[in-house]
Amino acid sequence: MIDFVKDVRLWFAPARLKDEGETPDYRFSLANERTFLAWIRTALALVGGGFAVDQFLPDLRWAVRVGMALALLAVGAACAVRALNHWVRCERAMRRGEDLPLSRFPVLLTAGVALVAVTMMAVVLLGWTKGR
Amino acid sequence: MTAPAAARDAGLQPERTRLAWRRTTLACSVAAVLGLRQALRGPGTPADAAGAGVIVLLWMAFLWVAHLRMRELAEARPRGLASGTALAAVACTVALAVFAVALLVLPAVIG
Repeated sequence: MIDFVKDVRLWFAPARLKDEGETPDYRFSLANERTFLAWIRTALALVGGGFAVDQFLPDLRWAVRVGMALALLAVGAACAVRALNHWVRCERAMRRGEDLPLSRFPVLLTAGVALVAVTMMAVVLLGWTKGR
Repeated sequence: MTAPAAARDAGLQPERTRLAWRRTTLACSVAAVLGLRQALRGPGTPADAAGAGVIVLLWMAFLWVAHLRMRELAEARPRGLASGTALAAVACTVALAVFAVALLVLPAVIG
């Protein structure tokens, strides 16, 4: 927890990041930046998916539709925040010459997206939609 | 390595990073268009118009951040990503998500 608070301080204090270790080859920094952007795109896709679930599945019951949209939006926001945190940690690890940080987040994201997909299949198969 | 190779990165890292930013602005545009559609589906109350306005502002903010960074990346040896830029991009994304929640839930709560 204390480590996380330190990481959060780094989000807002770029100068502090520059105090750590040595500046890596700019190509490594750019690769880290592209990874960060890939995560941001994932986050944006999840946010877009949240909007899409609400707009393009009008036959679902309100609670199911909004529940799933909210789940996707929450995962999207988490993904964006985690992208920043992971970028800061990777940048610091590269400066210090340490191994890159390991993360459980990809597993959590996979599980979350799979859960939404399975829920959606169950809803469709069980016909848990508004009767027409 | 010959002299021209030193002047120009053979791995095209800055270009790849610039294109990654471009792809990200496109992803942001898709999310913003869906958000705009969400806001404009309502009966057209002032709240709907304000919602659409906020989404357009967030989208423009993201484009602006990306534009500034892509201009930096036009150099042969660009400096690393500033954490302020990263923070701004993340803030836009999170704000879009938070705003989406408001657009989804508020109409039901207000009725």
